[in-house]
Amino acid sequence: MLKFIIKRLGLLLLTLFGLSILLFLWVRALPGGPATAMLGERATPEAIAAINKAYGFDRPILEQYVTYMGKVITGDFGNSTQSQRPVLTQFFNQFPATAELALFAILFAVLIGIPLGYWAAKNYGKWQDNFSVILSLLGVVIPVFFLAFILKWIFAVQLGWLPTSGRQDVGLDATHYTNFFLLDGLITAEFDAGWDAFKHLILPGIALGSIPLAIITRITRAAVLEVQGADYVRTAKAKGMTPSILRDRFILRNAMLPVATTVGLQLGLLFAGAVLTETVFAYQGLGYGIAQAITNADYPVLQAYIMFIAVIYALINLVVDLLYGVIDPRVRVK
Amino acid sequence: MTRKGMRRGLTVAATTVAVSALLLSGCASKRDEGTGGSGGSAEGNVNSTFSFAASSDPKSLDPAFASDGESFRVSRQIFEGLVGTKAGTADPAPLLAESWEESSKGTVYDFKLKTGVKFQDGTAFDAKAVCANFDRWYNFKGIQQSEGVGYYYKSLFQGYADKDTDKAVYKSCEAAGDSEAKVTLTRPWVGFIPALSLPAFAMQSPEAMKKYKADETSGSADAPKLSQYALGNPVGTGPFKFSEWKNGDHITLERNADYWGDKGQIEKIIFRVIADAPARKQALEAKEIDGYDLVGPADLKVLKDAGFNLINRDPFNVLYLGINSKEKELSNVKVRQAISYAIDKDALIKQVMPEGTKTAMEFIPSSVRGYTENVEKYEYNVEKAKELLKEAGYPDGFKTTFYYPTDVSRPYMPTPADTFTNISQQLDAVGIKVEAKPMKWTEYTSYVQGNDKHGLHMLGWTGDYNDPDNFVGVFFNGEKPEFGFDNAELFKNLEDARQMSDQGAQTKKYEEIMKQISDLVPAVPLAHPVPTLAFNERVTTYPASPVQDEVYNQIKLSK
Repeated sequence: MLKFIIKRLGLLLLTLFGLSILLFLWVRALPGGPATAMLGERATPEAIAAINKAYGFDRPILEQYVTYMGKVITGDFGNSTQSQRPVLTQFFNQFPATAELALFAILFAVLIGIPLGYWAAKNYGKWQDNFSVILSLLGVVIPVFFLAFILKWIFAVQLGWLPTSGRQDVGLDATHYTNFFLLDGLITAEFDAGWDAFKHLILPGIALGSIPLAIITRITRAAVLEVQGADYVRTAKAKGMTPSILRDRFILRNAMLPVATTVGLQLGLLFAGAVLTETVFAYQGLGYGIAQAITNADYPVLQAYIMFIAVIYALINLVVDLLYGVIDPRVRVK
Repeated sequence: MTRKGMRRGLTVAATTVAVSALLLSGCASKRDEGTGGSGGSAEGNVNSTFSFAASSDPKSLDPAFASDGESFRVSRQIFEGLVGTKAGTADPAPLLAESWEESSKGTVYDFKLKTGVKFQDGTAFDAKAVCANFDRWYNFKGIQQSEGVGYYYKSLFQGYADKDTDKAVYKSCEAAGDSEAKVTLTRPWVGFIPALSLPAFAMQSPEAMKKYKADETSGSADAPKLSQYALGNPVGTGPFKFSEWKNGDHITLERNADYWGDKGQIEKIIFRVIADAPARKQALEAKEIDGYDLVGPADLKVLKDAGFNLINRDPFNVLYLGINSKEKELSNVKVRQAISYAIDKDALIKQVMPEGTKTAMEFIPSSVRGYTENVEKYEYNVEKAKELLKEAGYPDGFKTTFYYPTDVSRPYMPTPADTFTNISQQLDAVGIKVEAKPMKWTEYTSYVQGNDKHGLHMLGWTGDYNDPDNFVGVFFNGEKPEFGFDNAELFKNLEDARQMSDQGAQTKKYEEIMKQISDLVPAVPLAHPVPTLAFNERVTTYPASPVQDEVYNQIKLSK
């Protein structure tokens, strides 16, 4: 088990090394460059040159890379060219926001998607099945920004139930220790602040969760359909198992394998894919940070953030692989 | 189906999530979070918290190192300069200086200061503080001298104690007693007083700047970083003082209880950062904010019909059609004049610009000195345009490229793509076929201004203060790849006008220059688009200013 984890982490390091080179080249190929973004529309060539020199962007690319990696090893990811703050500080401010949002979205998708998929499979070919297939299609095809706009229009503008943007009401005198606002609300017993943060999660969480919801529904439906037609299910049924035992021990447990993989992959994607959702909800997370960094060609932020997201993605996948063993004893790592 | 079984099925999936969460939460940071203060205490029946949506964070809370609108929006509340502006205009007016006298042919300025004014840290605002500020700017070092950091001092005062000293406009500052400061310039500069109305030249507390190391602006490398002062300790004399800056989320200011002037109704200002324009609109509709800036033309009617207050700024900008005179066809002045005649500016404005937009006949708005009616107006005339093209040797027109940005909306250019479509159809009518060249904004500005491989393009400018040099000097003070236009006489006239010490004579000179530009058509001025702000109906008065000198103690709220 330990050997397996170490091997995986070693592979991760190798991947990150390769990724760092690709990223380094990619961000430098972005049009404009940070100097132009910093200086605005009337930048003189001299001013652009001065900024590039200050950041060392005028050095040969190999030299830049070596300098950069030298600093990264010591934990220094540089300063954002836009906010002029350390990238790491900014990351740790924004990461908890995205983590809360991604977990909310995946919980929303799992809690609705799995029962919906099961329900569809059980009613294969009937209206319930068609309903869930159409719903999951809609989830995939409706663009997030459009869904966000509609959700906000209904629940915030018309009904006034939920806020349109942000993470917490600025007027609330909330204390933050961890920057996980829900957790902070619990730790400090400021339940109103926690509740307010929760309300701020609902609309972006649903918007972000719509795609994984659709995918999880379809995967669950397909998996259940396949499993419930299997020989051992028929045999179990013939032996007179009760429907509940049949469902829990025979169908769901086996159907959960592909679903768990999907959930893991989707959660990883949510960390990376929250760019649009966070932007339209003015939600201060990694996606928002990346959107701003792309707009401003903020090299240090882009490089670091994409690396960090890759690490998160890889770790989530590792956890999913380990969880396989929990679900399926046959693939348990010794 | 038993409930227990169902739960266990879900537990498996939920465990995936939960374990990941545990793992990830290890990365969480502990951060000392400032408090936002009490939310909206009431004064009479008025909620005295005013919340405004900004499109981004300010770059810096130290206005000397900022040049962006969002930084200045915040600085205007915290700081004041020696010179302000007359309400609703771009004209200079006394602020921390009650009056000033000019002598020695416009090289010496004696400022008589307002007395009894204190900085928000309790230290006195006096002549010594004024000189400390001037000397600070003059002594900027290293990266502070770059336009990316100290933009306005660099571009207007031009030189420093240790670099480009021979070009420097500023020479010295002397304190004569507490309430008189004498500033000496190396040469006359008529723009000096209006330039001082910029937030970049606001008076900052010398004590606070020292205490919070305002001039420590780079880390181990030369790359700029925000000083402790610029991150969260700005101190000025304005009606509001700094409270909290949560990067990317909001900035909070609180009323300065010791303010020397009108304290106004507002006790707390919250600037919320909402980058997405439709999200700002929805936040206003949901009453989460009291107002936002630069309302999109498409949203004006919707908001008006829904009962929101729309307030226009007097436009202090210009949108132009840039022409690259290095291109063979466009190098002919007749072709450039033909393009001027071919564009129906009124139709363009009616179709794609916000209501209230003014037609541009020259490169400065009518409120700026040097504006004259005595220029060639190039009234829309297709026949005349065709005739000029024929005379130039292009009876069947020609083909050229037309660059425009796709992902941006600027105050002077609210809808670039629509404007492009409109103009290209108009040009098509006289035989000029354009090849569309859409481009990302970050790439666009450096492309059209950095090389001469383009035909037509769109760009503009919002003025900073009332000085013609701040418009035409920006565009035509020398040969630039943007216009590829070379006319030694015009460049010299602009340089001479800038150096003149007599305002009357200078204004006349600029009127001549406007005429000259109009005849040469290095570019075509199109419009002065009106910037609109939208407010919740409780905002009854907002001090809209063409140069955004909008201080929130002037806001009136009804509830």
